[in-house]
Amino acid sequence: MNNSVYDVIIIGGGPAGLTAAIYTSREMFKVLLLDKEICGGLPAGTDLIENYPGFSEGTNGIELMSKFKKQAQRFGTEIVEFKEVKKVEPVEGKMKVYTEEETYLGLTVIVASGSIPKKLGVPGEEKFKGRGVSYCATCDGPLYKDKDVAVIGCGNSGLQEGEALLKYVKSITFIEFLPFINAERILQERLRKNSKTNFLLNHRLISINGEDNVGSITVEDRQAGEEKEIKVSGVFVYVGFLPNSEFLEGIAELDSLGYIKTDEDMQIKVPGIYAVGDVRSKKVRQIGVACGEATIAAIAVRDYLKTIGA
Amino acid sequence: MLDTKLKHVEDDAEIKELLESNANVMICCGRMGPMCIPVFGSMQKLEPKYPHVQFRDMDFDIPAADFIRGLPECAYFMGLPFTVYFKKGKVVKATSSIQNEKQITKILDEVFKD
Repeated sequence: MNNSVYDVIIIGGGPAGLTAAIYTSREMFKVLLLDKEICGGLPAGTDLIENYPGFSEGTNGIELMSKFKKQAQRFGTEIVEFKEVKKVEPVEGKMKVYTEEETYLGLTVIVASGSIPKKLGVPGEEKFKGRGVSYCATCDGPLYKDKDVAVIGCGNSGLQEGEALLKYVKSITFIEFLPFINAERILQERLRKNSKTNFLLNHRLISINGEDNVGSITVEDRQAGEEKEIKVSGVFVYVGFLPNSEFLEGIAELDSLGYIKTDEDMQIKVPGIYAVGDVRSKKVRQIGVACGEATIAAIAVRDYLKTIGA
Repeated sequence: MLDTKLKHVEDDAEIKELLESNANVMICCGRMGPMCIPVFGSMQKLEPKYPHVQFRDMDFDIPAADFIRGLPECAYFMGLPFTVYFKKGKVVKATSSIQNEKQITKILDEVFKD
């Protein structure tokens, strides 16, 4: 057991967690931030972020998140990386936060554990992981120079990452299950105008095929009910996310998809525990939203700590 | 330079020395991205439990990474990181893309059991 009692323990070092860290540290609270990997969250895997205010030409995800982290550290946040939280337990007015190796004690907890990319669950996905199936265009894009690839999913993530891939690949076929594209219009317009792109809407991915590496995909036209094979060397997957909320089961109320329900102060039903960012139940998940929620939670934490005399 | 607490391999001479002087070596060659960071994290966590294994990372974009990229065992790899396990200087296992701690532990136990 780590004997220090923190005023605030923040779980997750993405935009929400780091914003909460900046605000609570500026209140001179003793703040600990735990991240199961390295701080940065999902934006750290994004090549170009153009819709976060303050960067007229856009910014690289890693650079942006590195600035968030430095800002939090400047105000005194203690950051411990590669510590995955397994359980949170309220005990006699305090919160025990368990990781595999250590237990931390806090007066409040802000859960900003985010979400992880969903898998496709189609034949070939596991077999070709690292051999043509990728979940990170920013990481693997250069390995697909002059190749034909498919991007599965036409939300913001799919189109943003597809745009990053255009620097390298010969062509991209975007596959979308819905009959429409659900990404920002500016992204849609830029990608539709690009001669390297092709969009198949209302199509379902059936399988990923190949021998040593990916050679093709089989898709179904949902309207016509017809199947066809498309030759590609790579499949990049962006079909949504799953919340990192398992460690709060039994403590927090979760919605049907596992996202954490809160009140308008971002507090769950247990006083002193808050949830912000992508792990929170809501419609819109964006960096700006995550930062806004974290700000609200940080101010609510300040008020809560006053009420308990901390 | 990779921002990890692992020892880095940065040039050809270091690779040669590492593989000639140690029976059991694991090298993870990648970038600071979402597929590689979890592997680096697992290696940091597992390093103390496997004192008979040398754990190293390597930046995928440095010239010395040609050594890993050019291994026949990595010929079909299309996802970072490229992780290679060497026994007495020879490749005994190689994986592409993200692997979790359980998968890495299983490999370490299999290939470096003696």
